Amino acid sequence: MKNTMLLKIPSKSENERFARTVCAAFLLEVDPTIEEMSEIKTAVSEAVTNAIIHGYNSGEGEVVITGELSDRTVTYTIKDSGCGIPDIEKAREPLYTGKPETERSGMGFSIMEAFMDELVVESEPGKGTTITMIKRLSENAE
Amino acid sequence: MEITLIPKQRMILVRATGEIDHHSSEAIRRLTEKEIRRSGAVNVAFDFGRVSFMDSSGIGMLLGRYKTVKALGGSIIVYDVSQQVKRLIEMSGLMELIIVSDTLQKGINEMNRTKGVRI
Ligand SMILES: Nc1ncnc2c1ncn2[C@@H]1O[C@H](COP(=O)(O)OP(=O)(O)O)[C@@H](O)[C@H]1O
Ligand SMILES: [Mg+2]
Repeated sequence: MKNTMLLKIPSKSENERFARTVCAAFLLEVDPTIEEMSEIKTAVSEAVTNAIIHGYNSGEGEVVITGELSDRTVTYTIKDSGCGIPDIEKAREPLYTGKPETERSGMGFSIMEAFMDELVVESEPGKGTTITMIKRLSENAE
Repeated sequence: MEITLIPKQRMILVRATGEIDHHSSEAIRRLTEKEIRRSGAVNVAFDFGRVSFMDSSGIGMLLGRYKTVKALGGSIIVYDVSQQVKRLIEMSGLMELIIVSDTLQKGINEMNRTKGVRI
């Protein structure tokens, strides 16, 4: 099974739910487990939320999300053209947050890493950030 | 979302519903803080029985409420959580700070047990 998706949304917090729901629904045809669905929903939610609150600092912007399904491997990219990440290694540390004055837990990247098989973070200060996440779904029971 | 007061336990009970993310956790934060101040409660119990999804914004929200009630000498109980939510709570180390239980009564029992001398 091969398929692709493209979703472009304004950086509004109301769109977080929409984006993760669409990304999970993209897989319905290949019958993922409930656990796989919920892991993907959570990881996508983390990346999209980061684009909105960190990338665009809760201001205006566009978040572009793609999905690509090839057999039972799914790849998502979440791209913003926001402020970028100056120190990616530091940002990926568990519990690190660049916004300690707000109620961020600093767990976003750790969750993406734990719930997906591969996570690539590409970022350039002033240009934006692209997150690529890959997950290999388990074989169907039937 | 619905908040009720349990005066005997100096507790507010927050019934969250639906999906807890960055967008929805802001309202939970605001209403819960307001009710703590208004009622003089020091403990907060969250009924997660109707929560279908949570991400790290929910962890941040719970951590924030933990800080509030800790300063008041109170506790946080979260009960009736799904596997998905429980996994996040465990991953984040929140398990050490808050009480996670099957039912409200079990949570209250554990709270009163761990508290020892009540202040
Ligand atoms: N898309 C992004 N644009 C700019 N900075 C980001 C982006 N994503 C993550 N970051 C930075 O990485 C940090 C860690 O992200 P994360 O692990 O999700 O924690 P949190 O969102 O709770 O702060 C953020 O606080 C922010 O400083
Ligand atoms: Mg985050």
